[in-house]
Amino acid sequence: MIDSGATAFILVCTALVMLMTPGVGLFYGGLVRRKNFISMIALSFIAFALVSIQWVVCGYSLSFGADINGLIGSLEYAFLQGVGMDGDGIPDLLFAAFQMVFAGLTLAIVTSGVAERVKISSFVVFGLLWTTLVYDPLAHWAWGGGWAAQFGALDFAGGTVVHISSGFSALALALVIGKRLGFGGHAMEPNNIPMVLLGGALLWFGWFGFNAGSALAADGLAANAFIVTNIAAAAGALTWLCAAWIRGRPGSVGIISGAIAGLVAITPAAGFVEPMAAIPIGAVAGLVCYGALLFRVREGFDESLDAWAIHGMGGIFGALATGVFAVAAVGGVDGLLYGNPGQLLIQVVDVAVVVAYSFGVTYVIAKVIDAVMGLRVTEEEEYVGLDIAQHGESVRV
Amino acid sequence: MKMVTAVIRPEMFDAVKAALEAGGIYGMTVSEVVGRGAQKGIALKFRGKTVPVELIPKVKIEMVVKDADVEKVIGIIRANGRTGKPGDGRIFVLPVEKICRVRTDQEEPEEG
Repeated sequence: MIDSGATAFILVCTALVMLMTPGVGLFYGGLVRRKNFISMIALSFIAFALVSIQWVVCGYSLSFGADINGLIGSLEYAFLQGVGMDGDGIPDLLFAAFQMVFAGLTLAIVTSGVAERVKISSFVVFGLLWTTLVYDPLAHWAWGGGWAAQFGALDFAGGTVVHISSGFSALALALVIGKRLGFGGHAMEPNNIPMVLLGGALLWFGWFGFNAGSALAADGLAANAFIVTNIAAAAGALTWLCAAWIRGRPGSVGIISGAIAGLVAITPAAGFVEPMAAIPIGAVAGLVCYGALLFRVREGFDESLDAWAIHGMGGIFGALATGVFAVAAVGGVDGLLYGNPGQLLIQVVDVAVVVAYSFGVTYVIAKVIDAVMGLRVTEEEEYVGLDIAQHGESVRV
Repeated sequence: MKMVTAVIRPEMFDAVKAALEAGGIYGMTVSEVVGRGAQKGIALKFRGKTVPVELIPKVKIEMVVKDADVEKVIGIIRANGRTGKPGDGRIFVLPVEKICRVRTDQEEPEEG
């Protein structure tokens, strides 16, 4: 039975989440040097187009097909066979489309780890393998009836599937591809901060579709997810601002990064916690991710645009916080604060498996691609910049 | 007084600026420019074809310094702006006829 209200709402949410992918591109594009500005935005579009096709060919089925041993979906829905205009509340086709924009966004986040040095051809191959071997199983585990769902792990909108996976995969990729030429010595300042802020604004905006839409209905749970999303973003923006202010000046990139940290952390929790819980979740996420970023810089890892610090570490914190703040009155499950410490333990196990799986499998995929076709452009191409070297275009007249 | 104009790699600019400052040279005018030298830019190999990239981003630093400081400034720029590969840039030294302060009617004396 199709619910027209829910269908109308999820159609709009799907389009909102689609806009997050170029949002990531603009966010990343503003952060890199000007010679790679176009490249970063282009990578986000490539990611989205690639995953869109992969998704309808096999990705949707691997994620949401009939469960095989809790690990992966069957190929019954390959090429969208049997996915039609009917459905439970919303049409099956709409559910497939809504999940598709999540998958595309996740691959775009991973491009942080290879910013300013990846060969497009290798990224295309990587993207197909990564979405198939990392994203699809994780989506199946959490939402497609896999072991994590059976185990009782809570992930409302993608704390593990989208954020931990993209963050730790970006870290693995960065370790395989190596540091950018001159990293640590040369200045690598953002070329266009207003563009970073515009990208961040699109992310914040799209996140309402991401989290509220994950209720898969136009109801009270969607409203709860909507308001906690905004509360956590605001709290994260403010704590990162304060932390940066204490250490120096409150940069605008820090404010929007804090907002994204809050958004990441509330993602798994949005349908399980009450609005007031979103304040500590967002606030602590801002500090955790800022600390992770400082650690990353101090240790000299060139995970260039901090997907690991913000999505990876923010995702871990959010998944654990879900096990702490969840309350049955919202999502039917209690967490630690409401007398169910077992939930936190389940979240810990889920997080540990997802971190190990996404980091490990991505590392292997990246190593194989690097050996077969080379992940990285030549030194000269990197020096000239990927805009010219890979796309034959330039923002300079 | 001499005008020293250096066209250097953008990524070396911070190191050059810090070294100039450490050497007591503060005044400078800096612009982002594009240009090419004797190699006519960089030739990238793309699918077996050569794709020329003729104009490469550079930073141009202009400084007016005392005659006695010219060699020191050149030395600092060379020491801190060099990678040893083609594209490290050039330094030009020109005579300065007159220096007029805009804020006052003062003309700065030739300090030789």
